[in-house]
Amino acid sequence: MGALTKAEMAEKLISELGLSKRDAKEMVEHFFGEIRECLRDNEQVKISGFGNFDLRDKRERPGRNPKTGEEIPISARRVVTFKAGQKLKARVESYKGE
Amino acid sequence: MTKSELIEQIAMKKTNLSIKQVESAVKLLLDHMTETLATGGRVEIRGFGSFSLHFREPRRGRNPKTGDSVQLDGKYVPHFKPGKELRDQVNGITES
Repeated sequence: MGALTKAEMAEKLISELGLSKRDAKEMVEHFFGEIRECLRDNEQVKISGFGNFDLRDKRERPGRNPKTGEEIPISARRVVTFKAGQKLKARVESYKGE
Repeated sequence: MTKSELIEQIAMKKTNLSIKQVESAVKLLLDHMTETLATGGRVEIRGFGSFSLHFREPRRGRNPKTGDSVQLDGKYVPHFKPGKELRDQVNGITES
């Protein structure tokens, strides 16, 4: 099964809600765009039932170039983490594999 | 930002759609992603990131109340890997 992409998500909005192709595409773009903008502005995003996108500040830590073995510090950075909500966790937990 | 604030933000930009239509659309998008993951699929959004499942091995756990040892089955948990653009954006690196 191929991965779900923005194109298929827009198709779903067209078939289920009767949105025009243009509205559906823009809707999907805005959905991910707004979440991104919010995270860029260092604000947490909480989507009840689905999950929370949080930001964490990481300090510089020692690292290694896996190819050469050379030691290089991993610079301090901010990272996005996702914590799945109860509903999403419960839906996924019942999946029994291929 | 909460889900209702996300809906309001989108409605302010998509002015030809009613807030009700935006609300239905956001719910449908979330259900579509949830359903995909629940059936073992992946979600790949370029620039944003990808959602997939990670397997947790079966293990022996404990009932925190009684201290009894219990066998826990293996299970799948949702995982999100941010895309490069999102990783850069939260670090103030902008590409144009």
